[in-house]
Amino acid sequence: MTTINNTPTRASALQPEQACLNQVCPAGEAWIGQVKKGQIFRIVDLEGNQAVDTLLFNAQNTEERYSLTDTIRRNSALYLGLGSVLYSSEGQPMAQICADTCGRHDTLGGACASESNTVRYALEKRPMHSCRDNYMYALANFPLAQQLGLDVQDIGANINFFMNVPVTADGSLTFADGISAAGKYVEMRAEMDLVILISNCPQLNNPCNAYNPTPIQLLVWDAPDALEDQALSVQSVGAAQHV
Amino acid sequence: MSDVTSSDLYAPELLWQDTLPGGFHWSARVRRGTLLRFSTMAAGANLSALLFNAEEKLERLNIPDSLKAQHTAYLTQGHVCYSDMGRVLAAITHDSVGWHDVWCGLSDAALIAERYGEKTYGDARNGMYRNGRDGMLIEMGKWGLCKRDLVTPINFFSKVSVDDQIDNLGKLIWHPEHAAAGAVVELRLEMDCIVILSAAPHPLDSRPEYQPAGIKISAHHALPLKADDPCMNACAENQRGYLNNARYFGEVAPQLLAAVQSSGQNISNSTVTGA
Repeated sequence: MTTINNTPTRASALQPEQACLNQVCPAGEAWIGQVKKGQIFRIVDLEGNQAVDTLLFNAQNTEERYSLTDTIRRNSALYLGLGSVLYSSEGQPMAQICADTCGRHDTLGGACASESNTVRYALEKRPMHSCRDNYMYALANFPLAQQLGLDVQDIGANINFFMNVPVTADGSLTFADGISAAGKYVEMRAEMDLVILISNCPQLNNPCNAYNPTPIQLLVWDAPDALEDQALSVQSVGAAQHV
Repeated sequence: MSDVTSSDLYAPELLWQDTLPGGFHWSARVRRGTLLRFSTMAAGANLSALLFNAEEKLERLNIPDSLKAQHTAYLTQGHVCYSDMGRVLAAITHDSVGWHDVWCGLSDAALIAERYGEKTYGDARNGMYRNGRDGMLIEMGKWGLCKRDLVTPINFFSKVSVDDQIDNLGKLIWHPEHAAAGAVVELRLEMDCIVILSAAPHPLDSRPEYQPAGIKISAHHALPLKADDPCMNACAENQRGYLNNARYFGEVAPQLLAAVQSSGQNISNSTVTGA
C-alpha cells in the first residue's frame, strides 16, 4: 500500500557549501551532534526510504528532551511536517521544521529493538542490529553522550523522520511503504541549544527502510538572514477538532 | 476484540478496594496475577497510567512497542502493555469503552491554570486543582523515579482519534462523550509492577469547569492463565510476548506456545538475513 501524501512541502535556499557541518552517517549506524539555538539542521535521505530515529536534548539540561506527547498535543496533529514545532518534556519549543521536501514524518513508531523484534517477528530475530542497540552504543562510546551523562533513562520516544506510519480514523496502524525518495530532506531551526542523537535505522524486517538501509547526510548552518523572513508562526495550543 | 466476560478471569473474592477522587494520584506495587478493575464514578473520566517492572524499574511501559506489536494506534480489550524489553507487563482483559488514548500525555500546571484558573491548597484545601504531570511525578518520586522516567502514559477512558485525510498532518479529534459513568477497564498484571496513576483531566478535555471524575479501584486474584486466553492469543506477537515472560520467570513456556516456538525456529533458518 502506498499512501499518496498531499501535505505542504518547501525547499530550502541553503547551500551545502555554506554549511558549518556536513557529515554522512553510514547505513545502520548512530550519530550525535550539537546544534546551537538559531542554527539550521538538515537531515538528507540520500538514497530514499530511510527511517531516521531522532532524539533531541536541551544541551544545557538533558533532563529536558523531545516529548512525543507534548509535540502531538501542542501541534494538534499526529504527524510532523512543514511548520511543526518539536516540543520538549517541559513544554518548550526545541525546534521548528522550516523546510521539508518529504511532507510527513512519523511520531508513534518509536525505535526498533532486539527485544521488540522478538515479539514482532520471531524470538530468533534477537541478534539483528537495531536502533536501540545504536543508542546504547552511543551512550557507551560517544564522548558527547558521556560528557552529558546520558544513560538508558534518557532514551525516550523518538521521531522517525521520513517514516510513513499511517493511522486510520478507526485507529489501525501500519508500517507502509515510504513516501520519501532519494535526496529528500527535512530541515529544522533550533529554538534552544540542542544535542541531537540519531540512529540511522538498520531494521530489515519491515518496509520502513525499503528493506535496504542506506546512508543519511547531516548538515548545520549558522542562522541565515534569509530564513528569518520565512519564520513560521508557532501553532497554537489545544486546537483539536471536536466531534 | 473478544467477548469474554470479566468474571471468567478472576476469583470472586475482593482483595481490596480504593477510591481515587477526580484529579488525585496513586501508586502501588501490584503483584503478578492481580487483576485491577477501574470504574468511573462520573462521565468524562481520565485515568493516566504508567507501569514499571518492580524488580528492575528501568524496564517500563513502552507505548511505541505496544502499538507496533499489535498494529494499533490505541489500546482496548485484548491488547497487552509491552515493556521496552519485549515482555508483557499487563493485559487489558476487559474494557467497556473500546478506546484508550496513548498519544496525548498529561495535563500540566500551566494548562490547568490556563483552562480553569488556579485553585491552590490555600484556596480550597483538598479541592485544589491538580494536574496529571505533577501527580505522576509525585507518585514516581516515592519509588525513586524522576522526570527522566516520565515516559508516554496510557490515558484510560479518553479517546483522541485522527483525521485520516491525506491533505493534513493528522489533525487530532477529541471525543468528549467517550466514557460514561460506570465505564470499566480491567488490567491483569503479568509481572510485579509499580503502578502509577493520576485521575487529573486529559490535556484535551474541553469542558469549561474543572470536574475530573473519580475512579473506583478494586483488586482481585486473577485466575491462572488459560491456554485460550484472549489477550495472549490475540496475535502471534502476543504469544511471543508471553514466551518472553516465561523465560524471564524461569518457567516452562505454556504448552500451547510450543508450536509457536518451534515454528519460529523454522522461520529463522530461512529468513534472518543481513543481521
